Amino acid sequence: MVCEMETDQIEEMDVEVLSSMWPEDVGTEADKQFNVEKPAGDLDTLKEVTIETRTIADMTRLPNLLNSTHQGSSQLTNLVKQWEYMQDNAVRLLKEELKNLDRQREEAEAKELKIIEEYKFESNEPENVPVLDETSDLFRRFRQKKRDALVDSKKIEIYEEFDTVAYWKQKALSLEKMLEASTERERRLMEKLSESLKTMESQSAPVQELTQNLKRAEGFLHFILQNAPIVMGHQDKDLRYLFIYNKYPSLREQDILGKTDVEIFHGGGVKESEDFKREVLEKGKASKREITFTTDLFGSKTFLIYVEPVYNKAGEKIGINYMGMEVTDQVVKREKMAKLREDNAVRKAMESELNKTIHITEETMRAKQMLATMSHEIRSPLSGVVGMAEILSTTKLDKEQRQLLNVMISSGDLVLQLINDILDLSKVESGVMRLEATKFRPREVVKHVLQTAAASLKKSLTLEGNIADDVPIEVVGDVLRIRQILTNLISNAIKFTHEGNVGIKLQVISEPSFVRDNALNADTEEHEQNENALPCLFKKYMQASADHARKYGGTGLGLAICKQLVELMGGQLTVTSRVSEGSTFTFILPYKVGRSDDYSDDQDEFSDMADQQSEPDDTAEGYFQFKPLLGSIYSNGGPGISNDFLPHKVMLTSPIKLINGFVADPSNNTGQSEMLQLENGGYMDESKLETSSGHCPESAHQYENGNGRCFSKESESCSSSQASSEGGTLEMESELTVSSHREEEKAETEVKETSKPKILLVEDNKINIMVAKSMMKQLGHTMDIANNGVEAITAINSSSYDLVLMDVCMPVLDGLKATRLIRSYEETGNWNAAIEAGVDISTSENEQVCMRPTNRLPIIAMTANTLAESSEECYANGMDSFISKPVTLQKLRECLQQYLH
Amino acid sequence: MLGLGVDRLQADINRLLASLFHQGVLDEQFLQLQQLQDETSPNFVYDVINIYFDESEKLLRNLRLLLMDREFSDYKKIGLHLNQLVGSSSSIGARRVRNVCVAFRSASELSNRPGCLRGLEVVEHEYHYLKNMMHELFQVLTCFVNILLTFTQTEGKNVS
Repeated sequence: MVCEMETDQIEEMDVEVLSSMWPEDVGTEADKQFNVEKPAGDLDTLKEVTIETRTIADMTRLPNLLNSTHQGSSQLTNLVKQWEYMQDNAVRLLKEELKNLDRQREEAEAKELKIIEEYKFESNEPENVPVLDETSDLFRRFRQKKRDALVDSKKIEIYEEFDTVAYWKQKALSLEKMLEASTERERRLMEKLSESLKTMESQSAPVQELTQNLKRAEGFLHFILQNAPIVMGHQDKDLRYLFIYNKYPSLREQDILGKTDVEIFHGGGVKESEDFKREVLEKGKASKREITFTTDLFGSKTFLIYVEPVYNKAGEKIGINYMGMEVTDQVVKREKMAKLREDNAVRKAMESELNKTIHITEETMRAKQMLATMSHEIRSPLSGVVGMAEILSTTKLDKEQRQLLNVMISSGDLVLQLINDILDLSKVESGVMRLEATKFRPREVVKHVLQTAAASLKKSLTLEGNIADDVPIEVVGDVLRIRQILTNLISNAIKFTHEGNVGIKLQVISEPSFVRDNALNADTEEHEQNENALPCLFKKYMQASADHARKYGGTGLGLAICKQLVELMGGQLTVTSRVSEGSTFTFILPYKVGRSDDYSDDQDEFSDMADQQSEPDDTAEGYFQFKPLLGSIYSNGGPGISNDFLPHKVMLTSPIKLINGFVADPSNNTGQSEMLQLENGGYMDESKLETSSGHCPESAHQYENGNGRCFSKESESCSSSQASSEGGTLEMESELTVSSHREEEKAETEVKETSKPKILLVEDNKINIMVAKSMMKQLGHTMDIANNGVEAITAINSSSYDLVLMDVCMPVLDGLKATRLIRSYEETGNWNAAIEAGVDISTSENEQVCMRPTNRLPIIAMTANTLAESSEECYANGMDSFISKPVTLQKLRECLQQYLH
Repeated sequence: MLGLGVDRLQADINRLLASLFHQGVLDEQFLQLQQLQDETSPNFVYDVINIYFDESEKLLRNLRLLLMDREFSDYKKIGLHLNQLVGSSSSIGARRVRNVCVAFRSASELSNRPGCLRGLEVVEHEYHYLKNMMHELFQVLTCFVNILLTFTQTEGKNVS
């Protein structure tokens, strides 16, 4: 019990001692785990550990320090207290011991007394016993009893008879033994007493005890700190080191003690730590901070530094305690973690952003798709409406009805045009749009575009076409699309130009490759397209301003489509513009020159007509000018008639052409890859010249006059053709249907001039045959029918044809194979290939065939699917052109005009 | 009296045609067909449509027979039939029939038997719808023509 108490107290004391040795805020509960006095293992382990002393301390000042500061004195007080406590304890222990001994001595004395008493009794008994007294007997008996009881335990057996010599001898012997035992006991007690006195003497040296404790504490600290990457130190008010403990000392004592950080180290962080320490000293509040040092001594390392101010007993600051731990690895890890976390966050943000974008894109695509589908859905019924209206226009109507109908048709055409625009755009955007590669004459295209524009011109503008001499007569490209672009740009230009001239310039920019450069120059006076509006010009549904939309109408799709188309063809569309001076839209397209030995694949019926009317060198003509027919018709006719003003050509043919463009979409753009695109170096200067000329109305006027003079010849030729079309419009003004009839008449008369052409239709479908036949009839032709390829070959063998319309998909022998066989016949003059293929041809007719000159027979394919591959296949098998099904009057007419001369 | 009737019938015809166009049952090719009708062939549209129905019915019957055969594998033949049907449908402007035929054909090209069966069903449905509509149209038209005829006859009588 006592022992336990002792250890408990010691433990408590140790805890107290320890807690004073550690800074108060460095951990509180953990301290109880450190028990210096009772380490878990052998006490001697500490002694075995070799402890190197790395402490560098100013020995003279350290004791001073310990005495003068609270921290130092508190430790000593604790030690003293501990000692006092132990002394108290020892005193208490001794007192207890003393008590014990006293009690034992008392016992012994009592016993001795008893023995003596007893002895007295025995020796005195015979004299004192009254012999004759009755009571003496009783008394004796009592004594006997008592003695029996006393001696009984000691088993002193006296066998001799009472009161004999032997008896007494025996008695004396036994008593002697008892005495001996008693003295023995006394002696042992004396020994014990002296022993405890001795131990008391040994415990009476408190300094020794204290030193031992101190040694143990020091041993513990060394043991713990031996390998810790910790630097500890004490610095005085001026931050000079008085004490430092360092695991890896790299400096000697004299290098450190009495010096400040700044004096010892050089490099990054030193100043900061110095400032930090000073701050702590001033504020009087312990704090921690992480400082990265980059010194020559130990390189770049980060330390977690704890600094606490030290006060003396009077409460004055006398310096700081400083503890540093290297945390470079942790800092690196932490920074890495932070970086990773940051990256993660950034990635997550990007991901969500991306998801958003994807979502938006999907939505947009869906919206686009819906727009395209809707447009398509609208187009069919609308074309029905327009078609019906056209049919209606061929019936008998009075003037008012006709006017109303014309408005209806033209509005319907406008809507159709718009829907086609939307479809075009979505086609280009979705990559479905294919380009055709056909030969065409750029001059004619330009001329036709301007002609068409001039016909509907209601302003006093001059339209000019200027084509450089080096532009080849024929080039290869998608004429429909190019015309679409030009028409679009020109109509825009006319729309926004109020005075001056609008023109197309065409140039080849570079010599090695033929690059075409179409430029449209729109001189505008009130064109309010300011610079800010330029970027959004090419955007869909965007117009320069809301005012524009009200003033000019339109959807704003035109330029977007133009840009898309130009880019699809591998070119660029750019614009330069100055307010009230004019805008120049330039597009550069790569081009291939068509081979001159092939005949022109001209799809332009009007320019054909123009060709016939003007001089033979019209194909090379480089300048066109169209002036509005102001005085005569427009002013006379008034606004009511303006609707009729050249209506059929503009209003009707161009949308139909575009529809054809859709249906006959197939293309081979194989040439595109060879084409090169070049800068338009000298071109821009010219355009500037022109725009400046149109700057003010006066000069524009002069310019017009000048043009009129300089190019009198050309303008004459143009005006003559203009006059003819003028005549046409005049006629149409009176009776609109005349225009289409007139054309048909012309076609018929052409046909009648030559012998009536023989046409063969190769088709297996009864319905198709019926329809085609009926159409031919309307166009004034009859034709023979073959139901498959074999029949076609037999028919061609037996009589000569001027044109073959060949279905591609047929039983027995399909159109492609049949065409190949016919072509091989034209080359070799015999039907061997056909016979090899199993076609039965009689030899007698064969001889006739050999007599015939083998001209190339135009074979037009009729394809059911409008995919480009199919058209390529047609060309590859020797077909000249193709009509996509279903066959329409318009398509058939164009085809006949092209191939029947 | 007569004039009113004519107007009403004309309106009926127009409405019917417009709805057919709107539904996509017909397309502009049908207008081409109408354009081809003139004095020399006054019943052209009617004739063509009738032939179309005859032919198509045959083709559809064949298609059904081919597809109903359990050990059938002649997708090529189906393709040929469908080509015919596509060709003639597009010629008269029967747009929806043509479109479903194209879908049917692509199923046959993939030798997709369930797709083919479904295709056939859809084609038949569209075909019958077209036929009903055309029937209605021609009924109104004949009515219209009859009225016009009687009208001109009475007019002629009046003149004479």
